[in-house]
Amino acid sequence: MFEWLQNIADLITYNLLEIDKASKLGEALNFFIYDSVKILLLLVLIITLMGVINTYFPVERVQNFLSRNKLYGFEYFMASAFGVVTPFCSCSSVPLFIGFVKGGIPLGVTFSFLITSPLVNEVAIALFIGIFGLKITLIYVISGVILGMLSGMILDKFNLEPYLTPWIQDLLTKAKREEKKLATEHLSLKDRFPEIWHETTDILKGVVPYVLVGIAIGGLMHGYIPQGFFEEYLSREKWYAVPLSVLMAVPLYSNASGILPVMQVLVAKGIPIGTAIAFMMAVVGLSFPEAMLLKKVMTLKLIAVFFGVVTLNIIISGYLFNMIL
Amino acid sequence: MKTIKILGTGCPKCKKTIEIVKQVVAENNFDAEVIKVEEIEEIISFNILTTPAVVVDEEVKIKGKVPSKQEIIDAILN
Repeated sequence: MFEWLQNIADLITYNLLEIDKASKLGEALNFFIYDSVKILLLLVLIITLMGVINTYFPVERVQNFLSRNKLYGFEYFMASAFGVVTPFCSCSSVPLFIGFVKGGIPLGVTFSFLITSPLVNEVAIALFIGIFGLKITLIYVISGVILGMLSGMILDKFNLEPYLTPWIQDLLTKAKREEKKLATEHLSLKDRFPEIWHETTDILKGVVPYVLVGIAIGGLMHGYIPQGFFEEYLSREKWYAVPLSVLMAVPLYSNASGILPVMQVLVAKGIPIGTAIAFMMAVVGLSFPEAMLLKKVMTLKLIAVFFGVVTLNIIISGYLFNMIL
Repeated sequence: MKTIKILGTGCPKCKKTIEIVKQVVAENNFDAEVIKVEEIEEIISFNILTTPAVVVDEEVKIKGKVPSKQEIIDAILN
């Protein structure tokens, strides 16, 4: 799919700049050119595509759907699947949470959406395709949906309503299920496109610097770190490798887009892919700043349970991936 | 005079929105007061799911994104 790009990268590094093909610098630079162009192209493509899909699934419509339909457990899957196509900025998580719960959507179903939405987002998908290919990306997306679904179901079993902050409980008892009017504008895709494009460039501006730094670091490691270097520390045989990498990932949230290109090199140099995917899930899905935002609506105990369940599920997925991939 | 409220919990997008709204008001000499609303209780009273949101005279005009200058002008005038 990207051979033409490899040819261009080769042309620039070896012919135009006349860097020795066997040199470490040449290898690093070649990797950087190839990877950054490929990933930028994919980012533009996937973010725009997701914007188009999102036109048909605005978050208000998702809320409407979930609060009106009781689907015998299927709503967990729906909430989780909606999470894939409905990205939201983490700063919206509190109003979103309140709006969902107030609309009569069960807490567990709301959690399913809240878990999958940041976990499987457009930037992560584009980076995964560019770095690990389509098959691994599909596995990431599908397992992300299942993970959100199961975590929501488990959390629901814990009967967590009493652990919401008092003012939210108050609000919930007062609010009879509100009648929601569908206030979403019905614009055609053609009308919406300038806006989608505007959003795409906005997201790009936010992530491109991190991605480029990530690829640059990846390029250097690619050229300078010997094959199999990490095998010794994070190989499949070490049972603690998965939980260790997941725990390491939690504080790294803001640089998710920069970490993936580095991961690619780590995998190439000996880290099992399952451990890498679990690490990425933890980076993208578990964010400390988000946890602190949720303090407005949840007691610390509830936040801890929420994060605990998701973390545990990510660790289990990591082991599963390592077994089957 | 119009009252423009920017709803948001203080994230980067919300700050950017406030900046742009203030610019638009200044550039066009609109007779409007710009208020930053960070209290979650007040934010959810507008029944929105996504922030930042722009509210003109208690009516939600824009939500869930950083608006362009033109969108803000439209929101204030209509």
